[in-house]
Amino acid sequence: MGRTLAEKIWDAHVVRRAENEPDLIYIDLHLVHEVTSPQAFDGLRAAGRPVRRPDLTLATEDHNTPTLDIDKPIADPVSRTQIEALRRNAAEFGVRIHSLGDIDQGIVHVVGPQLGITQPGMTIVCGDSHTSTHGAFGALAFGIGTSQVEHVLATQTLPLDPPKTMSVTVDGTLPPGVTAKDIILAVIAQIGTGGGQGYVIEYRGEAIRALSMEGRLTVCNMSIEAGARAGLVAPDDVTFDYVKGRPHAPAGAEWDAAVAAWRELYTDDDATFDKEVTLDASALTPFVTWGTNPGQGAPLGANVPDPATIADESERTAAERALEYMGLTAGQSLRDITVDTVFLGSCTNGRIEDLRAAAEVLRGHQVAEGVRMLVVPGSARVRLQAESEGLDTVFKEAGAEWRFAGCSMCLGMNPDTLAPGERSASTSNRNFEGRQGTGGRTHLVSPLVAAATAVTGHLSAPADLADVEQ
Amino acid sequence: MEAFITHTGRMVPLRRSNVDTDQIIPAVYLKRITRDGFEDGLFSAWRNDPEFVLNAPERAGATVLVAGPDFGTGSSREHAVWALQNYGFKAVISPRFADIFRGNSLKGGLLTVELSQDIVDKLWEATEKDPQIEVTVDLQTRTVSCADLVVPFDIDDYTRWRLLEGLDDIGLTLRHEGDIGTFESNRPLHLPKALPIAVGGTT
Repeated sequence: MGRTLAEKIWDAHVVRRAENEPDLIYIDLHLVHEVTSPQAFDGLRAAGRPVRRPDLTLATEDHNTPTLDIDKPIADPVSRTQIEALRRNAAEFGVRIHSLGDIDQGIVHVVGPQLGITQPGMTIVCGDSHTSTHGAFGALAFGIGTSQVEHVLATQTLPLDPPKTMSVTVDGTLPPGVTAKDIILAVIAQIGTGGGQGYVIEYRGEAIRALSMEGRLTVCNMSIEAGARAGLVAPDDVTFDYVKGRPHAPAGAEWDAAVAAWRELYTDDDATFDKEVTLDASALTPFVTWGTNPGQGAPLGANVPDPATIADESERTAAERALEYMGLTAGQSLRDITVDTVFLGSCTNGRIEDLRAAAEVLRGHQVAEGVRMLVVPGSARVRLQAESEGLDTVFKEAGAEWRFAGCSMCLGMNPDTLAPGERSASTSNRNFEGRQGTGGRTHLVSPLVAAATAVTGHLSAPADLADVEQ
Repeated sequence: MEAFITHTGRMVPLRRSNVDTDQIIPAVYLKRITRDGFEDGLFSAWRNDPEFVLNAPERAGATVLVAGPDFGTGSSREHAVWALQNYGFKAVISPRFADIFRGNSLKGGLLTVELSQDIVDKLWEATEKDPQIEVTVDLQTRTVSCADLVVPFDIDDYTRWRLLEGLDDIGLTLRHEGDIGTFESNRPLHLPKALPIAVGGTT
């Protein structure tokens, strides 16, 4: 009986298996940030326990960090205290940290791949649900809570029950202007926010194979929005080429050994998934959300749905509530929705290709009057790379704000927030009530739609800009 | 961790689906570095509405939250569990929980109980009719009972045992330190290390 990719990685990490107990799973890399770790380090201190493998642990500051004036002390004293706690803990327990101002600082899920420390076949955890991002490399990567953070710090393992497996096969070729973000938003709209609950999703099919590493990162990133803890793409030459030469990539004979091992990381032909979903890429168009959970999305060309037509009672009630919160009317065209703010960034879409794609749309255009566009690179190195390509100039000349790296307005823990009632088109991952600021309204979009929306002031695709004067 | 054996208390009916952890506790409250004092952040946006169920005087002191499906979706923040516990909740009942939230709850001794929508509807109706009515969540017998309603719920043996005994998860794992050491000595050499810091990055 063949095994799925997820099962192969799982089996290779079982430290101990006993009847009626969860498997004890070894963790190859533990990523740490300031928000979900202080209580875990306190727990270690209280129990007198060390960090078992500081050499497999890596910390970065991202959630609280400001994106302006990063050379000055952090203005919010509570944010500052939390970041200082991480710095103290890293020093005390011997954990490597990339602090604000460091060239390798950035969103934890952008930093790992960029350093080449995210590699195929690994188990990776972080006290952050978007750890699923790293699955793009064929690594089993998932978010954990603070109790588990402490557990991994102390033991480098986690007791876990094996997940069920689901395949999401995306066949066909994506039409121009349709991106990885549109794929994953369409998947979530199809299976729902609970559809992946209990599963690890493996993304397969021609359209997934054709994605760049960064596109695959976007898809895997939002697996959690479908309820799955992890998403995976089997590694291939695209993956190996991306990892090769990065600071932590194996070199010489170890590189050859690594690639030989990575080539075994695929789902066997005779393996079975517990659930299978298929999608036709060629039928996809730019996708946006209209509601307050990521499953409430529709093609940009559609209208705001009428809750009365939703059969399921709890979904209908949720839709009614969402329209009220979002200030939308059933039947109105999604393209007619005007925004105050456009946010380009986050662990979903804050990488260099995302910035390049948005800049290409913006080039020669102006951000619409009354619209604020924030461009927040996912890491300090993404920012530098963009600047070396002149993208910052494109953004600034169009009237967008060019910021320093971090999570920023994705969740508004730093000063970048929406005011009550403000509406954004955001390349981030969650449109929950108040996610980007109390009373804020969020539409999730791709970088291309974000850029086009910034120009027109209402939800738009790049194709809509043909009529806009340059 | 405090052991959980059985709990009897009054209910709060939360007639909403997809209650994400940003609603349970918004990000702005996550800057604290303690494990307690999060009760003020619990459902903070919704509590601004005087009509919100938690604000009803008859719900004061209730300890069992009964919510719609997909409770606890979104962020992995364990602060959501702490906020519920700090506020006084001992158990949450829902037709379906998000994975990470459920895991966090059961680590921390907040019992999550999955019951069908049908049963959740019955509990909502019962407590809306009589806010004083009590529900018992019994981990020993794996049942939820309310008046003449008695329904079983699923929980795996290992988690149940750990909760009944109030055992420290890390302590349990460290009993197998020898196995961990053996595993470590056999890991492939090409796997990356975070230390010492590699130099010269690319983007």
